[in-house]
Amino acid sequence: MNITEIKPNPEFEAEIVAAGGEDVKMCFQCGTCTASCPSGRRTSYRVRKLMRMAQLGLKDQIVNSEELWECSTCYTCVERCPRSVPIVDVVIALRNIAVAEGHIYDNHKKTAASFYKTGHTVGINDKIKALRSSMGLPEIPPTVLSNKKAMEDVDKILKATGFNKIVE
Amino acid sequence: MAKYAFFLGCIAPLRYPGLEKSTRVISERLGLELVDIQDASCCPAPGVIRAFSRDAWLAAAARNLALAEKMGLPIVTICNGCYGSLFEAAHELNNNADKLAAINKILAEIGMEYKGTTQVRHFAEVLYNDVGIEKIKAAITKPLDYQVATFYGCHFLKPSEIKEIDDPENPHILDDLVEATGATSLPRKQKTLCCGAGGGLKAAFGDVAKEFTKTNLENMTESGAKYIVDVCPFCHLQFDSVQGDLGYSIPVLHLSQLYGIAMGMSAEDLGLSAHVVPVKL
Repeated sequence: MNITEIKPNPEFEAEIVAAGGEDVKMCFQCGTCTASCPSGRRTSYRVRKLMRMAQLGLKDQIVNSEELWECSTCYTCVERCPRSVPIVDVVIALRNIAVAEGHIYDNHKKTAASFYKTGHTVGINDKIKALRSSMGLPEIPPTVLSNKKAMEDVDKILKATGFNKIVE
Repeated sequence: MAKYAFFLGCIAPLRYPGLEKSTRVISERLGLELVDIQDASCCPAPGVIRAFSRDAWLAAAARNLALAEKMGLPIVTICNGCYGSLFEAAHELNNNADKLAAINKILAEIGMEYKGTTQVRHFAEVLYNDVGIEKIKAAITKPLDYQVATFYGCHFLKPSEIKEIDDPENPHILDDLVEATGATSLPRKQKTLCCGAGGGLKAAFGDVAKEFTKTNLENMTESGAKYIVDVCPFCHLQFDSVQGDLGYSIPVLHLSQLYGIAMGMSAEDLGLSAHVVPVKL
């Protein structure tokens, strides 16, 4: 039997809190989350294990794991957690930490790039434009798509928060 | 007339414009005035954009909230994702002066300010609470006999601690809203199971997302449902786009489209040509 030594990193918790996840220390490993998780029935994602890894500060394992991205953010675990751990907020915080270190899937990068370039996560096409017109709707919806200045504003906000670094 | 700032989002106007059109038409019939929020962006999406950068997510959401605040109206949205993002961003900023101040430093760069007053509502909840079932029944001109599988999605009711709309484990409001048209909402197993698309799962692990959808379709079929009625364009997209691959063809309608049918709207105005699974009226 191989025994792997785990070196806990208590500083990691502060990093999680700074990224918007709190109270991960409140988890007492009951497993209600894993038992409730629809993704866990279909993948190797185990919520309880991820919370324990976060408590121990196993940052490298977390940011390199596929499982971190297998949560559909359905909130079933949050609803049932007897310790009121905001699990989805913790998952989001861990993902932010992973992305900041360059761990991002190609399709996610495409979604981020679409938002960065157009202000929307999906694009508009000629078929939809024609359909909108035929229904009496403006060909282009009255969003940032209709106003160059508004798009520049969104662009400034995203640059101010460093979002451009994710897509470039 | 009750007035709301209408937040369009992405999937409805850019993939299924019939959802937008039917919402506009039925709102007028029900005495709700929807005023477009000019220049809004993506909410931004809670499961992807927020997962990449919480700071960017909150700042862009604050800009959308500030646009509605200037109009002096509560936001209404027909999308669970937009509702999830905007509601949670408003909850965070409206109740935390330090976070609000930090966000306003960013908004100042584009000459905007968010004072922290915008309320965020989901259209289905507005129909239930502000219009009411009796008034909806009175506006139905073409009662329906559809056998329906209601699909709440996740971010309409959850996290329930801050949303307080309905019991997330055993909800009833969408069933009541559907049955107001004369249709029947059928009970089924795992009614609150996620569609699978959220959290970036559809984009990164499409096959896993499909597994969620497949279980839902199996349970819906077993219940005898002939239509799926959702309150979220992203769940709508997931159910409509993957059924073919999974060997199913249950027509998918947003609640606004179901109401549009029950109020006599045409197939053209309901935007049914954008659907992958054919919907016959």
